[in-house]
Amino acid sequence: MQEQEAPAFTEESDIAVTVNGHHYERRVPVRLLLSDFLRHELHLTGTHIGCEHGVCGCFTVLLIGDAVRSCLMLAVQAESMAITTIEGMAGTNSDLHPIQQAFMEKHGLQCGFCTPGIIMSVHAMLHDKPDPTDEEIRHELSGNICRCTGYQNIVEAVKLAAERLRVSQSEMEMD
Amino acid sequence: MATRWFGAPVQRIEDPRLLRGRGSYVDDFDLPEMLHAAFLRSTHARARIVNIDVSTARALPGVHLVLTAADLGELLEPSPLLVPHHALTQPRTQLPLAQDEVHYVGETVAMVVADDRYIAEDALDLIDVEYEPLPVVHSLEVAVAQNAPLVHADVPGNVAAHLVQTVGDPDAVFATAPHVIRESFVVDRGAAMPMECRGVVARWDSHEGSLTCWISTQGPIPIRNGLAAIFKLPEHKVRVTAPDVGGGFGTKIMMFYPEEILTPFAAIQLGRPVKWIEDRREHFISANQERSQLHEVEYAFDDQGILLAVRDKFLHDTGAYTPYGIIVPIITACTLPGPYRLKNYYSEFTVLYTNKVPVSPYRGAGRPHAVFVMERIMDAIARELHLDRAEVRSRNFIQPDEFPWDVGLVYQDGGPTKYDSGDYQAGLDKLKTLLDYDNFPVMQAEARKQGRYLGLGIGCYVEGTGIGPYEGAQVRVESDGRVFASTGITTQGQAHFTTFAQIVADQLGVEPKDVLVTTGDTQAFNWGMGTYASRAATVAGSAMYLAAAKVREKTKQVAADLFEASPDDIELADGKVFVRDAPHRALTLGQVAISANPLRYAYGENARKLMSMKLAGPRPGPALPPERGGPGLEASEFYSPPHASFASGIHGAIIEVDAKTGMVTFIKYAAVHDCGKVINPVVVEGQVHGGVAQGIGGAFFERLVYNDEGQIINASFMDYLLPTAAEVPPIAVDHVETPSPLNPLGVKGAGEAGVIPVPALFASAIDDALSAYGVRIREMPLHPNRLFELLQEQQGR
Amino acid sequence: MKPPRFQYAAPRLLDEALTLLDQYREDVKILAGGQSLVPLLNMRLAGPSYIVDINHISELQYIEPEDGYLAIGATVRQRQVERSALVQEQLPMLVEAVQHIGHMQIRNRGTVVGSIAHADPAAELPALLTCLNGEVLVQSANSERVIKAEEFFTGYLSTALEAGEMLTEVRFPWIPPQAGWAFMEFARRSGDYALVGAAAVLTPALDDRCMVAHIAYLGIAGAPVRAHAVEDVLVGTMLDDATLDSAAEIARTVVSEDMSDVHATTEYRRVLTAELTRRVLKAAWERRQP
Repeated sequence: MQEQEAPAFTEESDIAVTVNGHHYERRVPVRLLLSDFLRHELHLTGTHIGCEHGVCGCFTVLLIGDAVRSCLMLAVQAESMAITTIEGMAGTNSDLHPIQQAFMEKHGLQCGFCTPGIIMSVHAMLHDKPDPTDEEIRHELSGNICRCTGYQNIVEAVKLAAERLRVSQSEMEMD
Repeated sequence: MATRWFGAPVQRIEDPRLLRGRGSYVDDFDLPEMLHAAFLRSTHARARIVNIDVSTARALPGVHLVLTAADLGELLEPSPLLVPHHALTQPRTQLPLAQDEVHYVGETVAMVVADDRYIAEDALDLIDVEYEPLPVVHSLEVAVAQNAPLVHADVPGNVAAHLVQTVGDPDAVFATAPHVIRESFVVDRGAAMPMECRGVVARWDSHEGSLTCWISTQGPIPIRNGLAAIFKLPEHKVRVTAPDVGGGFGTKIMMFYPEEILTPFAAIQLGRPVKWIEDRREHFISANQERSQLHEVEYAFDDQGILLAVRDKFLHDTGAYTPYGIIVPIITACTLPGPYRLKNYYSEFTVLYTNKVPVSPYRGAGRPHAVFVMERIMDAIARELHLDRAEVRSRNFIQPDEFPWDVGLVYQDGGPTKYDSGDYQAGLDKLKTLLDYDNFPVMQAEARKQGRYLGLGIGCYVEGTGIGPYEGAQVRVESDGRVFASTGITTQGQAHFTTFAQIVADQLGVEPKDVLVTTGDTQAFNWGMGTYASRAATVAGSAMYLAAAKVREKTKQVAADLFEASPDDIELADGKVFVRDAPHRALTLGQVAISANPLRYAYGENARKLMSMKLAGPRPGPALPPERGGPGLEASEFYSPPHASFASGIHGAIIEVDAKTGMVTFIKYAAVHDCGKVINPVVVEGQVHGGVAQGIGGAFFERLVYNDEGQIINASFMDYLLPTAAEVPPIAVDHVETPSPLNPLGVKGAGEAGVIPVPALFASAIDDALSAYGVRIREMPLHPNRLFELLQEQQGR
Repeated sequence: MKPPRFQYAAPRLLDEALTLLDQYREDVKILAGGQSLVPLLNMRLAGPSYIVDINHISELQYIEPEDGYLAIGATVRQRQVERSALVQEQLPMLVEAVQHIGHMQIRNRGTVVGSIAHADPAAELPALLTCLNGEVLVQSANSERVIKAEEFFTGYLSTALEAGEMLTEVRFPWIPPQAGWAFMEFARRSGDYALVGAAAVLTPALDDRCMVAHIAYLGIAGAPVRAHAVEDVLVGTMLDDATLDSAAEIARTVVSEDMSDVHATTEYRRVLTAELTRRVLKAAWERRQP
């Protein structure tokens, strides 16, 4: 059997990532967490760090549309992937995304620290479940902890956002 | 004056920024040349430090500084005692870095500053500390035992403080009372756990000799004052700002946490900005905790269920130090009487040191404990006399015509515990409606037939809020008509940027969105305390009102001169200023601001407009008459409340207990609260929701578990269980409004309210659900395992 | 809480990965989903010198129905299984078990094989694999072997994997079409590790008596437990209340002695196990298709 040439071990790596539609190339330590890469390398400080052990959800970003915990990923693992963070949610004309708008209207945030993670999770959730019940919303959001709101207004905001997204989706389909 | 904005559910002004992820929390600050700190913390709850070897850590590439106590020089002083008290005879506060002994797991032992946090943590791993473990005081029971080990060698019996307060003549009443019951109650440790941990960024500018710090704190002004004193700088050369803060709940009000002194110290030493961001593991072992008390209670009542007297002796666990004095147990003692006519009351507490994380207020600050005890008493009276629980409370309530009601104790602010207003029966009536209280027995009986255990619990509280000593505010109109307002208190999500804008907008006839509010920056406002104890809206809000009212008066005076009218005939509306019957001939607020400053020239559009209006020229005499109170439309005012104002509330819940497993689910939760006049009802409800969620956590999910070595064995979010959206039920909220006569707005505090009655009502509901077994809950927090054990004990009888 | 230093490689071929494992043996950890490994790195409870990231090995990305079992490759995410029409249709019990795992953010990255390899006794998939009497495929640079579930999980976070070996595939046996199944757990909060959990598959005979019974538990010992003693009580019965009571009583005894932790004592786990047994068996039996 031919000897395979195994790839070398490194402590630094070059990565190319797309974040919110922008392409970035950087050299990073392999142990750098994705959350730190986004926050301090790319200065996208909207994603917050609450626990660094994968429970609080503050650091939720979308990896090719799926909600993931950026504190549980190494930056090198995002190589050639597309990431969306909270900074990518509002449109280019800087209107708020319907989810953000609904949160504002329903007082779905207080200190705002968990909010970006929640909005990313909601975005992913509504993509899979466009018409969730209260119970489904609460279950799907159980991976995002909020210490300020008691979740009540968050649930209301999600329902409002879901309704508006469904309306605009059906309007688009009618065109 | 009609108010358009006060009381309106105005949408939050600060939200778009936060929703876009453009908040500025302390970790978001990236300064050029910035270095990163990490702290080595004690791994023993009590030990002698035999030796610390930092040589390997110092040599690690990327490390700029390693400090131990030996390197601190004059800085090696215990931090100030925040609230001294005559009963606190043995206060102890922490050194920035432990010197010869450590007193709790998590105490700071060394500091590393490096190129980044990763390297700093590598360096921590290279620091070698030799400890000689000593016997650990890991609980209150151990602390009070005969021959207990000493947390501090020079504090006999581990007693930090002892306070007795007596109202009336309880002994006489107990001697003749028809019914006397004696019980013990336990409340155990929990923590605030804001989503954002602590953090400090410090920058020293050697050219200007100025120190700037961004700190995730609830009280930057006291910190600024302290840092100025420690580093011997003029106060105006030190700026401390609390930027966006991701939750505080009491844990972030300190002067000082060691890191708040050492990070600036490192910045000064190194001549480069230094950042320290606490991680969650550190937070578990070094951010202040609370909630641990043991109560021995005796209560006397008559055949009608009237509570005659209470004796409450309790032990309070302050952890290894008393950084916040004895505020928490004082509040417990003063809160216990609650909404009831208690004229004979003996309160005695002893504050004990333990080798655990130090204790300072956490949302509720001693009130949940007191309410737990008193509400258990009320339920016991009902059970003993076979009376309805709500009826017993009604019979004991202070009535609306009995205010002001003097409880007879000295409150945490040194003033009387004197309820200013309230209507507790109205609250109970509303709660009963929300819960469909009268029909519940039917629902309960139906469920029992199906083998299900439903229970209803209620909990009432009175909460001292709005304490002094004072707060201040400045309001200023600029020449473009925008209004700026600043105050010394801080914001951690309470919407001050909106609620204070509402207050100012009403006075100046503008919209809240035109008022830019700044909180928590010592450079923007220099005097005050901070946000804690449910006082910001009451005290700072009142100051904001007074300052805005002053600006309104000035505006009227300036406009009166310009229009040659009487100030009483001047109106402010829609950003304009005019004589009442001549709105077409209006000036903008900005133009009046220009006119109010004899120095300021009007440019362009403003100049044309002012010329064309043919306004009265300046009168003879000084350009700036003394009675005007200064140029421009600007005023600073302070408000100092005579004493606390007393909010109140009553919550209730219907739960289901699975008797086979001890698991509990909420079926319904209702909260009725009274915080006097309400500035923004949506904001207040949000505060109640959040408080209830923390209360539910503190009743059934969150418990900090220390082992015999003083180690927290569940120091992560996997094992310290914060309630998620799936565990917190929908919360129905209703209001009662009894304005406070003590401040110009008539408001009372609302920040802590939600959390206060939850343990009490949870116990009440469980007792009710499991009444067939005679279960009586006397401890908080509970968890299913423990509930199951208690149920088994009863079933075994 | 930042990871300590380590060296990192991301091979694209399985053979490359196996070569690296062979070279560095005990000092290597495999990174797949990272949902178990990265928290340990962040807390510095794990400090491997070498990390081999297998996420780029496309040959490990498959969900394949085989003769007798469903084969899942090492890089398949839990969420992929949840969303797979094939699995929903042909092995819905696996979907049910996966949905109990944490939260969607975890499942979007966590892998099925990774969960098996991590062998947390409170995890769902090891228990399911044990219940179904499944297998794992283990490969090294020079060999490969198949290990049965009951032999694979040896204790708390321990498996029969040797240094230089890697789990490349997990095999979940098919469930007979007439069998009823259920997967349940008691947890403190939505998405928590279970206090105790159970997976049960009951196959009725033609006379509608229980012909074959499989039940496995999580959270009651250092490894998932296939409770043959409970199964024996059920075979030949119609799972009436008396049988269920009996099964519940026996289930109590299956709980290991030293299972107390901050959330539950051993005795409480016994209580939960008994109650869970009743519920899971009842639910499974009701689902059968005679």
